[in-house]
Amino acid sequence: MCYNKTDDNMKGRIFLKYDAQDCKLVFSQNLTDTIYDFRLRNKELASITKPGQFVQVLVPGKTLRRPISVCDIEDDAIRLVFEVRGEGTEILSHTKTGENINIIAPLGKGFELDPTKKTIFIGGGIGVPPMLYSARQCGANATVINGFRNKDAVILSEDFEKAGCRLIVTTDDGSFGIHGFVTQPLAEIIDEAEMICACGPTPMLRNIAKMAEEKGVPCQVSLEQRMACGVGACLGCAVAVKDGNGGTVYKHVCKDGPVFSSEEVAW
Amino acid sequence: MADLSVNIAGVHFKNPIIAASGTIGFGHEYSEFYPLSVFGGISCKGTTLKERPGNPPPRIAETPMGMLNAVGLQNPGVDHFIEYDLPWLKKQDTVAIANVAGSTQDDYCRMAEILSETDIDMIELNISCPNVKEGGVQFGTSCESVAAITKAVRACCGKPLIIKLSPNVSDIASIAKAAESEGADAVSLINTLTGMRIDINTRRPIIRNITGGMSGPAVFPVAVRMVWQVKNAVSIPVIGMGGITTWKDAVEMMMAGADAIQIGTALFTDPYSPVKIAEGLNAYLDKNGMKSATELTHTVITG
Repeated sequence: MCYNKTDDNMKGRIFLKYDAQDCKLVFSQNLTDTIYDFRLRNKELASITKPGQFVQVLVPGKTLRRPISVCDIEDDAIRLVFEVRGEGTEILSHTKTGENINIIAPLGKGFELDPTKKTIFIGGGIGVPPMLYSARQCGANATVINGFRNKDAVILSEDFEKAGCRLIVTTDDGSFGIHGFVTQPLAEIIDEAEMICACGPTPMLRNIAKMAEEKGVPCQVSLEQRMACGVGACLGCAVAVKDGNGGTVYKHVCKDGPVFSSEEVAW
Repeated sequence: MADLSVNIAGVHFKNPIIAASGTIGFGHEYSEFYPLSVFGGISCKGTTLKERPGNPPPRIAETPMGMLNAVGLQNPGVDHFIEYDLPWLKKQDTVAIANVAGSTQDDYCRMAEILSETDIDMIELNISCPNVKEGGVQFGTSCESVAAITKAVRACCGKPLIIKLSPNVSDIASIAKAAESEGADAVSLINTLTGMRIDINTRRPIIRNITGGMSGPAVFPVAVRMVWQVKNAVSIPVIGMGGITTWKDAVEMMMAGADAIQIGTALFTDPYSPVKIAEGLNAYLDKNGMKSATELTHTVITG
C-alpha cells in the first residue's frame, strides 16, 4: 500500500527518501546451494537507491523484516544477493518469480565514493554482493578483493569483471585464486589506494581498518547488527562508535550506517 | 463514515490509534512514509532528565510472532526533546504524548514539572520499562509503589497523566486501581513482558542485557485479558496495547475495554499498519451500523 504522496498533508516533502512498497520478483537464481540472487522490479525505489544502502524485506509470517544490502541496480530493478541463514531467509528463498515482495527501501547511509580515486573494494563471503554496485561507480579505478571459504563459495566474479574492475579472489583453503585471507593481497596493493571500502565478518573488517590506519588510507566499512524498524526510530541496531573524548556512544546501523568510517568504529 | 474520534482525559484524538512509545522515536522517521496526522496521537520515545546511552548491543531478538528488545531507554534527554522534537511534533496535527522515565521518584516529578511548562498534550508515566537497572519497572510492580509515585507526580503535573502499567505483575487490576485512586487520568497497558532467548550454538543470551521486553502478536491474548481485567476495575480511560497488528485486533482490544489503542511492533512489520487499521476500523463500524468508535469499548459479552 502506498499513501497518497500528493495529498495536501505531504506539502513540505521535498523528495521520496524511502518507502514500503511491493516489488515484483522478476528474476531469481541460485548462485550457490545457499546463496540466492533476486531482482525486484520497482522503478521508483530503484531510481533513488545509492551504493551501500540496504532494504528491509518483509518475510511472510515473521514479525521482523530482514535487512539485506543492495547488490546492484539494474534499470528498474533492485538486485539482492542473500544467504539462507535461518528461517526467515529460508522462507524468502522460496518466493516464486512473479510474486510480490514488500520492501522498505532505500535505507541507510551508503559508501561515499569518488570515481576519480583509486579505490579498493573488499568483500568477505556474503559481504561481497554489496560491493558490486559500489565498485561499478569507480570502474577502472576500482580494485576488488573478494574472499571466500572455498571454490564452491565464489560468486559474482563475472559481474565484477563486467563492471570494469580489476578483480582479485582469495579462498581460505586455496581451492581458487590466492590461498589466504583478503588482507594478503591488500598488503601488496594498499600503497596505491586512495580509499578502501569493505564489507564482511567483523574480524576481517577490524584487520582491514588497522591496515588502512597504519597506511593513512581512508576506509569505510559496512556493518551489521540485529535490527527492528530499519529507519532509525526504535534504536535497536546500536553500534559503539568513538565519541572523540576517549569514550564511546551508540549510533545505529540502520540510519547512521550501515557504512561507517573505520576510524569512527570502536573496534 | 463513522466517527473515529475519542476523548481521553479531556484530550480529543481524531482516531483511537496512538503510536506506542519506543517504536516511533519522536516521529521524524515515520513521517517519511505518511503524515503523522494518520495517528490520533504519538507517544514519544521514553525520555529521561539527562541523556541516556542505552544498553550495549545486541538489543533485539526475534521470537515466534514477536520480538524481544532491550534498548535501555536510549534518549537525548528532556531538554533536547523540548528544544528540537516537540516544536516539530506539535505541527504534525496529532496528539503529542511525552513518555517519562526516571531512576528515582524525584526524576519523575522533575520531568513532570518541566514538561508541564511546555505545550505537550499529555504525559505517560513509564513505570514499566523492564530494561533498565534503576527505576523503570521497580516503581510499577506493587500497589504501594504505584500509588506513591502517582501521588507524587500528580502533585507536580499540570498535564493529563497516563500511567503505563507493566504486565509483569500478579494482579494488574489492583495496580490500576492504585493509580486511579491517586489521581491518574488514564492507564495504558501492557508494556512488554520480560523474556529471554539463548543462542544454542554459543550458549549465550541473544540479547546482551540477557533479558528483554517481549512484544508483537504473540503477547496479544495476554494484553486483551489484562485490558479487560483493568477496565472492569477502574472508571478512568484505558489505553490498550500489546501485539495489535490488524484492524481486527484493534476492534477486539476495544471490545475488551480499551478506549484507545497503541500500535508498536506492528510498525516494524508494516509501517503502514496504522493507516490500514484506521480504514478497517471505520469499515467495521459502518458495516455494523455503529456511529462512533466509542460504541465498541468494553462491549465484550461474558455472561
